Amino acid sequence: MATLFSDPFDALLQFQQALDSFRTSGWLSTGPSAGGAYPPINIFRKGDDVVAIAEVPGVRKSDLEIQVVGRTIRIAGSKSVEYGDKAALHRRERLAGRFDRAFTVPVEIDADQVKAECRDGILALYLPRAERDKPKTIAVG
Amino acid sequence: MARSQALEVQEKKELVSKDEKTVPARYYVPTTDIFETDDALTVVMELPGVEKPAIDVSVENDVLRIDARIDFTKYEGLEPLYTEYTVGHFARSFTLSNKIDQQQIGAQLDDGVLTLTLKKAKEALPRRIAVG
Repeated sequence: MATLFSDPFDALLQFQQALDSFRTSGWLSTGPSAGGAYPPINIFRKGDDVVAIAEVPGVRKSDLEIQVVGRTIRIAGSKSVEYGDKAALHRRERLAGRFDRAFTVPVEIDADQVKAECRDGILALYLPRAERDKPKTIAVG
Repeated sequence: MARSQALEVQEKKELVSKDEKTVPARYYVPTTDIFETDDALTVVMELPGVEKPAIDVSVENDVLRIDARIDFTKYEGLEPLYTEYTVGHFARSFTLSNKIDQQQIGAQLDDGVLTLTLKKAKEALPRRIAVG
């Protein structure tokens, strides 16, 4: 995959196409609430580990709650949209409200090593695969 | 506003623009709120994943144009397994009905939300005329 990112413009297009082609993947289909709920999530593989990235523009870090139980990750929180007093609204497209979403990944993760980062409206969760779940290479004697 | 309401996923709309881009990547239309007070027009726009230096805001011939690019190098080495949304640059433009003081455009980026405060030009402010 990394070798694709040579030409910066072409690379983004290829990346977008790769994302599109996976939209139909049933990777999370066994999860309790996979797909359709807020926030939308993209899941990537990075070496052995799993990285989940969600778009949460306008959600403050303090309003986010992330929990990990076994293989299931829960992302909950709220988003508010405020207008000033006496403002005349011309266009209203942004939505506000509460969200609560859980998804299950098909690999065992090390809950203690999970890292969450939220910057510029993007929430990234680093979910390291548990040591005991990694495939072992067995040398043929 | 109902705060208990559950949030819905808004499908990203791809930009259909009269002037085509020379870059092959896809552009999306950011969801935007616009509201007006007595002295300013405020444009609030959701640009998840965009960093401050990658945002271009311009007002020309009464057209407000916002162009925001994402830094996709952060996705290097990541192999998609399951996706629900695509990643792309953002662009949108609005024709302004009020005269804007171009020197006084305030821009603030918080948690992926860009807030533009466009102060109305002096001559556009409503003037009260006293009847003599």
